[in-house]
Amino acid sequence: MGTTIQEIEKGFLRTDIPAFQPGDTLLVKVRIKEGDKERIQPYEGIVIKMHGGALKSTFTVRKVSYGVGVERVFPLHSPAIDSVKVLTRGVVRRSKLYYLRNLKGKAARVKTKM
Amino acid sequence: MIEGILGKKLGMTQIYSESGAVLPVTVVSSATCRVVQKKTKERDGYEALQLGLIEKKEGRATNPMKGHFKKAGTPCFYHLSEVKGAGLDEYKQGQALSLSELFKVGDYVDVRGRSKGKGFQGSMKRHNFSGGGGSHGSMHNRAPGSIGSSSDPSRVYKGMRMAGHMGDRLVTVQNIKVVGIRPEENVILINGAVPGPINSVMFIKKAMKKAAK
Repeated sequence: MGTTIQEIEKGFLRTDIPAFQPGDTLLVKVRIKEGDKERIQPYEGIVIKMHGGALKSTFTVRKVSYGVGVERVFPLHSPAIDSVKVLTRGVVRRSKLYYLRNLKGKAARVKTKM
Repeated sequence: MIEGILGKKLGMTQIYSESGAVLPVTVVSSATCRVVQKKTKERDGYEALQLGLIEKKEGRATNPMKGHFKKAGTPCFYHLSEVKGAGLDEYKQGQALSLSELFKVGDYVDVRGRSKGKGFQGSMKRHNFSGGGGSHGSMHNRAPGSIGSSSDPSRVYKGMRMAGHMGDRLVTVQNIKVVGIRPEENVILINGAVPGPINSVMFIKKAMKKAAK
């Protein structure tokens, strides 16, 4: 593809987001606009999927909230993401952790690196 | 100011708005757009500019066309097209045109291009007919159904929508927003899709039906 498009995309790429992988536990801080006020909402969970490349990449974070599974897809380079913090590094053997959806409680944990 | 400008589609990508929304954008370049000829009232009976886009090697041009481009002092072009406008005196033959003079971010534009050819297509794809049943012994799967009455007209009305060639015709997309301009590369970012494949030529002009906010 043309280099012009790559140049355009480069201007939007974020370099301040740490590298992470599926299985890691993240704390994502999301900027939310309410009227003319802005607040920051924390969202914590396990990365179960990384998708796309460069500017188009997204990641999915899963958590269980009051017994209900919640999955949120974030665009990796979105300006709506205030910050990403890696809490633990997970040890997993596949790139898409869809199997976590069928597991509950203690079984739905991911082994973490020491 | 001329009415519009020629551009070459470079492809699509996505960008983020300030609020964090994802905008799909088409990147269109006018980097090689030059004025090849000025049509004047005295000589041609009307006023217009002839624009050229997408350079080609001189050896690929025919001799008469070589002379035409030599007169303008421009390289040879694959694509030529005329554009109307008011106050064309300010433009010189051979002049390079820039998108940033014509458009600014937030403007609405109309884009005309030649759509991708789809070949001979049935009525379901070409006219969004619903077709027949897929199972339960239905033998009326993708057929168009009835095309008219019996002996009363004894003919099929003109303009009946049927299977045939689809695509590869001029299509104008109206009222799409300009979300970015890069003057140094003479490139414009348009919100959404425009007709035609990558590297195809399109004509961009100010929206007829919508003014910039």
